[in-house]
Amino acid sequence: MSILESKIPEGPLAEKWNKHKASIKVVSPANKRKLEVIVIGTGLGGASAAASLAELGYKVKSFCYQDSPRRAHSIAAQGGINAAKNYQNDNDSVFRLFHDTIKGGDYRSREANVYRLAEVSPNIIDQCVAQGVPFGREYGGLLANRSFGGVLVSRTFYARGQTGQQLLIGAYQALNRQISKGNVEMYNRHEMLDVVKIDGKARGIVARDLITGEIKRFGAHAVVVASGGYGNVFFLSTMAMGSNGSAAWQCYKKGAFMANPSFVQIHPTCIPVHGDQQSKLTLMSESLRNDGRVWVPKKSEDAKKLQSGEIGANDISEEDRDYYLERRYPSYGNLVPRDVASRAAKERCDEGYGVNSEGKAVFLDFRDAIERLGKNVIEARYGNLFQMYEKITDVDPYKQPMMIYPAIHYSMGGTWVDYNLMSTIPGLYSIGEANFSDHGGNRLGASALMQGLADGYFILPYTIGDYLADEIMTPKTDVSAPEFEEVEKEVIGRLEKLYNIKGTKTVDYFHKKLGQVMWDHAGMSRNAEGLTKAISMIQEIRKDFWKDVKVTGEMDNLNPELEKASRLADFLDIGELMVRDALNRNESCGGHFREESVTEDGEAKRDDKNFANASCWEFKGETEEPVLHIEDLVFENVKLTQRSYK
Amino acid sequence: MADKILKKLNIKVWRQNRASEKGKFETYKIENVSTGSSFLEMMDILNNDLIEKGIDPIAYDHDCREGICGICSLYINGRPHGPDTEVTTCQLHMRKFKEGETIVIEPWRAAAFPVIKDLVVDRIAFEKILQAGGFVSVNTGGVPEANSIPVAYDDAEESMDAASCIGCGACVAACKNSSAMLFVSAKISHLAKLPQGKIEAKQRARNMVAKMDELGFGGCTNTGACEVECPKSISITNIARLNREYLVARISE
Ligand SMILES: Cc1cc2nc3c(=O)[nH]c(=O)nc-3n(C[C@H](O)[C@H](O)[C@H](O)COP(=O)(O)OP(=O)(O)OC[C@H]3O[C@@H](n4cnc5c(N)ncnc54)[C@H](O)[C@@H]3O)c2cc1C
Ligand code: SF4
Ligand code: FES
Repeated sequence: MSILESKIPEGPLAEKWNKHKASIKVVSPANKRKLEVIVIGTGLGGASAAASLAELGYKVKSFCYQDSPRRAHSIAAQGGINAAKNYQNDNDSVFRLFHDTIKGGDYRSREANVYRLAEVSPNIIDQCVAQGVPFGREYGGLLANRSFGGVLVSRTFYARGQTGQQLLIGAYQALNRQISKGNVEMYNRHEMLDVVKIDGKARGIVARDLITGEIKRFGAHAVVVASGGYGNVFFLSTMAMGSNGSAAWQCYKKGAFMANPSFVQIHPTCIPVHGDQQSKLTLMSESLRNDGRVWVPKKSEDAKKLQSGEIGANDISEEDRDYYLERRYPSYGNLVPRDVASRAAKERCDEGYGVNSEGKAVFLDFRDAIERLGKNVIEARYGNLFQMYEKITDVDPYKQPMMIYPAIHYSMGGTWVDYNLMSTIPGLYSIGEANFSDHGGNRLGASALMQGLADGYFILPYTIGDYLADEIMTPKTDVSAPEFEEVEKEVIGRLEKLYNIKGTKTVDYFHKKLGQVMWDHAGMSRNAEGLTKAISMIQEIRKDFWKDVKVTGEMDNLNPELEKASRLADFLDIGELMVRDALNRNESCGGHFREESVTEDGEAKRDDKNFANASCWEFKGETEEPVLHIEDLVFENVKLTQRSYK
Repeated sequence: MADKILKKLNIKVWRQNRASEKGKFETYKIENVSTGSSFLEMMDILNNDLIEKGIDPIAYDHDCREGICGICSLYINGRPHGPDTEVTTCQLHMRKFKEGETIVIEPWRAAAFPVIKDLVVDRIAFEKILQAGGFVSVNTGGVPEANSIPVAYDDAEESMDAASCIGCGACVAACKNSSAMLFVSAKISHLAKLPQGKIEAKQRARNMVAKMDELGFGGCTNTGACEVECPKSISITNIARLNREYLVARISE
């Protein structure tokens, strides 16, 4: 018997959420005022949750490491947000969105959670419009939609190529309103470094004031972690430089299980690496695949000439172009899901057909779309992305095709949560990208924004009441309690240890090494031998890191090197757990591609008999191996089939 | 198009250990920077050199590195976000610089943005202005169906133009009066152009302008420097709209 209780409500799929809402406890307004909630993170998940909880009357403390909540990495999301509005009359529905998401995730997520996500999705659009989010519109004044990968309907709402920015500004405005009313205490430039448990329940955090270096204690009746994804394990990714896995990892070390840590998404359309000075990768939105066609040359001589710079893309005639996605997947074409598109690009480049000097890029070409629709239309749709591309590469994508290559982009894995979004630590919740809940082995485009806002606006504010209703008699948390004392000591000890190593190598040196191991052995394609090797390689890097890292600056001052070192210490541990998880899951599914488990035509082959589950890891101590628990996934409403986009 | 290597550059940069300490310029040499590298990648290389030499690396704000979070804020060769148009510091590339050049880097200089360390400044004043009224007063839930209120295409587009402001503060840094009018007017226009935001437009303008004045930003004398340096091309016509809204708000007081 598993110790994981998913708390999925009984009853037919479509009625579960309503029934659950009717059965959970509600806290009275007078009692809400006495209850405090800490929210870590101010992205779509955190900002929407903090604002909504404060509106309900709870006393909220909100944290982010940037100088403003508006800068959370949700701001960078480009393409759009899904919702089952069926505005296009193309037969979309809650069930279809649910089904697409489950199938897109290669049947590795919970039916009940995904259905609920689809069910609340229309409310999100209503909410955002009411806040003043300037979504793209048709000339008649109604909302416009575009298509994203892995689906056959048009259900993605957008604000140019800046959808995440606009949705986050909406949530941030709501948050600001609550800050001005005194219902939210905002702590900018504060980094949570550990969670504090009292009597087994999450009752607070220890954080570092990044300006003064002061270590501070904060108490509450519940803690919500909305700290985003851990893609920066790979060093190069589309994440922000400060994006980290530390908040989730410290929760893991205090007893919150991590689920499916090996499930990360590799996005097919990023600007390729330009050399060894690169610090991060830039995404070119998936929405570009609505109009752009992906290709490489048919002839390997042409590829060689492109690689040496002898010829350019426009020198290759139509017959000599291999539109390999359209060739391999005629029904979805350029709009196959991300994992499929990424692997197909890697396959062509591994065969020698790559088009840049490193042979690690494919073309994304707008020539036909510009001919068909005119430059103006393309500019209106993607102007800011084209500008961004030109500023980075010095190439004008209206005239030459873009060059793109896959890069790490998103983490489907994360803190295990039950149907109420609560982790295995009572009173500790996880929402947004930080949790593992809705995307299985592969996330569909435009679904992360939907999930963050669904969690924060419409799910957590209900489910947290069920827990807090039993805490109304619990007095305000006393931060002088010995439990806080002890965690604070641990935190200071950890930072001092890092600071006092005074070694010879920079933090970045170790981070790049870790990233390389992860990309080579736990990236787009994985096998048992490579993964086994990776574990010892990471352990080796970790040993070196703790012996030889050099952290400069002062402990009691703004110190970016110390921040980076502390995050990297956790990435080293997260990386190892990811590799263990990838090794354990001896099947391919979604973005997790095990070379040992492949169909005849080279697609990911699942093993539903042994792996229709979530792998959930429990921390057992620094020197012990983690223990694996299994949550079996039960499918009653969809049939598990080999995913096909042909 | 092909990247070249800049063999030598001099970086003259503002060093200030804390808000309470005095700052000064220091000059460092840096070698072999690819013209394909971003400005911040150049800063990374420089910082790694400094760390290896045992010198405290230069603190500067950066996060998304794709021109959207608005945190990066360097004043380079006398211009906020440096010598390129419509880019943030993180999108600036080394191909804009010449072999052997001395590049001067300073923090934003404005009374309302005090230095925290080196090139990092405190922009909490922007937060306070937005908290004073930069929102639509609706709670979560109970809102109308999204398509129940049509919005004219052009209004939505104009709103979106203004809503593109990333809150970086370059407009303030570029202005000889350290005025925050472009920033404030962008928020005013973003919301006033939409039916949902129009309802509170007057009150919003009044409250935000009052807060801006209180926080020590200077007045606007229409120099237009802000518009030139704004990485998101926020237009000064927004300032005219703000002045109109504000006037109406004062008259109706
Ligand atoms: C370039 C890019 C484009 C994308 N485009 C799309 C898209 O078009 N559609 C879509 O649906 N999804 C997209 N995504 C994915 C989506 O943007 C993210 O998954 C989602 O926004 C994550 O939101 P979040 O609230 O979970 O976390 P984030 O927005 O990452 O926020 C994390 C927050 O946690 C805080 N934080 C982290 N650690 C700590 C700590 N220790 N202490 C205190 N605070 C901490 C940060 O300060 C920040 O406020 C994109 C992602 C990227 C990178
Ligand atoms: S108006 Fe322009 S310069 Fe000013 S804060 Fe906004 S984006 Fe930055
Ligand atoms: S680092 Fe985000 S805009 Fe420059």
